[in-house]
Amino acid sequence: MRIHPRYTQRGAVVILGGATLLTLVILIFIIVFILEKGLPVLGWNFLTSNPEDMGRSGGIFPTLIGTIILPLIAIIIATPLGVFTSVYLSEYTKETRATKIIRFGTDCLAGIPSIIFGLFGYIFFVITLGMGWSLLAGGLTLAVMILPTIIRTSEEAIRAVPKSYREVSFSLGASSWQTVKKVILPNALPGIVTGVMLSIGRSIGETAAVIFTAGSSLRIPTSLLDSARTMSVHFYILAREGISAENAYGTAAALIIAVLLVNLSAYWLMNRFISKRS
Amino acid sequence: MKLFGEKAVRRILMVTAFSALSGLLLIALFILNEGLPFIFKYGIKEFLFSSDWYPHLGKFGIYPMIVASLWVTLGAMIVGAPLGVFGAIFLSEYTPRPVMKIIKPTIELLAAIPSVVYGFIGVMVLAPIIRANFGGPGLSLLAASIILGIMILPTVISISIDSILAVPQSYREGSYALGATTWQTTHMVTIKASKSGIIASIILGLGRAIGETMAVIMVAGNSVNIPNTPLDSVRTLTANIALEMSYATGMHRQALFATGVVLLIVIIILNSLASVAIRKRMVKR
Repeated sequence: MRIHPRYTQRGAVVILGGATLLTLVILIFIIVFILEKGLPVLGWNFLTSNPEDMGRSGGIFPTLIGTIILPLIAIIIATPLGVFTSVYLSEYTKETRATKIIRFGTDCLAGIPSIIFGLFGYIFFVITLGMGWSLLAGGLTLAVMILPTIIRTSEEAIRAVPKSYREVSFSLGASSWQTVKKVILPNALPGIVTGVMLSIGRSIGETAAVIFTAGSSLRIPTSLLDSARTMSVHFYILAREGISAENAYGTAAALIIAVLLVNLSAYWLMNRFISKRS
Repeated sequence: MKLFGEKAVRRILMVTAFSALSGLLLIALFILNEGLPFIFKYGIKEFLFSSDWYPHLGKFGIYPMIVASLWVTLGAMIVGAPLGVFGAIFLSEYTPRPVMKIIKPTIELLAAIPSVVYGFIGVMVLAPIIRANFGGPGLSLLAASIILGIMILPTVISISIDSILAVPQSYREGSYALGATTWQTTHMVTIKASKSGIIASIILGLGRAIGETMAVIMVAGNSVNIPNTPLDSVRTLTANIALEMSYATGMHRQALFATGVVLLIVIIILNSLASVAIRKRMVKR
């Protein structure tokens, strides 16, 4: 028996549309669930006071500091490395074996799970280089982790700069580096910043790579070699060890809001960038 | 002088580019260096295919974790791949472009939600539902599969949409001209033409699922055993590393790094497969 195309068409729309709807409902449910339970806990006081009794009561101030400083170290290191790499790949070489190897390397790096970065950061930065569990070791580990994202987004942004811009610059007698510095980087800047923002978002939410490299001390760090706890690690410990459901929800809400803010501003920037282009 | 400057800049840029690559080499080197000697000393067969994981007795068989990782990943595929691919087809073929341009980034936001939050939702919402309806501890293979299935949705949807949109409009027009409906066009023309991209999206999702750690630790239950039903508690390779790393020393720690080696090899194979699938698509264009 053959079903009439009109019915397969209707069936397809219902099933495909249903799948899309379900995905959106799940997304909205997760965000609403966490915010609904967490927002009543989350307040100025919660953000700015110290945790008491391992986080059973009190606030999350030290973890807020950790959450700001760790991604900051990561982007300070990874941004110049990533941007220069993408400048080299897109402006200074043709497709050769070397660029293929670099690209394969960054693609591989992008697919490595965060627990492996955690293992690596632990054995390399924490043990071999003797940094101990510290902001520095955690930041460096995150830097390696976000490098592929920054390289890829910067490369896309640089490639999106029209060829004519380069030609005009060269015709004025500018060198390659002058062209990169004065023409290409300024025009690619919003795209590069978008990549950096997405990387910050990923760093804020990261747990597995951070817990083994930055440790989980609840004291306020006073130097880069101090151990620190980020909001994600704090949330993980609160939830997993059943320390306090209430504070876990509060921390989760803070975490979600931070990540959403960072990502939404990244999208906003990218859209502005695209509409300026066209 | 200026010429020299240019050359120096080129050198510096080249060195940075390769230092990015050296990050990968360092990771491989240190993980292998810590894990491989253990594997050879302990015996590959014994390490991979023995079910005895008793670190305090010096027994390190990761077979149950390998089986658990495979099941959890397969489960995530069963949940996430159809949902993701259907969603991608609907958004790219049945949704007005401006609407799609809003929904796609919204779904990509799913990827930004930290994995610990997914785990938490699994513990607070999903596990009780499973416990009440199907019995068992709730924290189980099934719970982990569903949570991971949701987590891979953005990867699958986003890459599938890109590859479906890359199918030339003229293919669709040719099909419509023959009197085909949208669905006939979709499944006979568009999906066929974007197949390798869709497969790549699923393989990349697979890589994400097998490498996910924190969410799995929270929802899978973590007991070392070979699951008989989806309701059993399981421990994956990643969970094994993360759970014991904080206190492991000596042989035990090396065994965890060796677990990392197994994971790394699986992931690199998966990613190479995905990039082959993506490249095949580009060659065809």
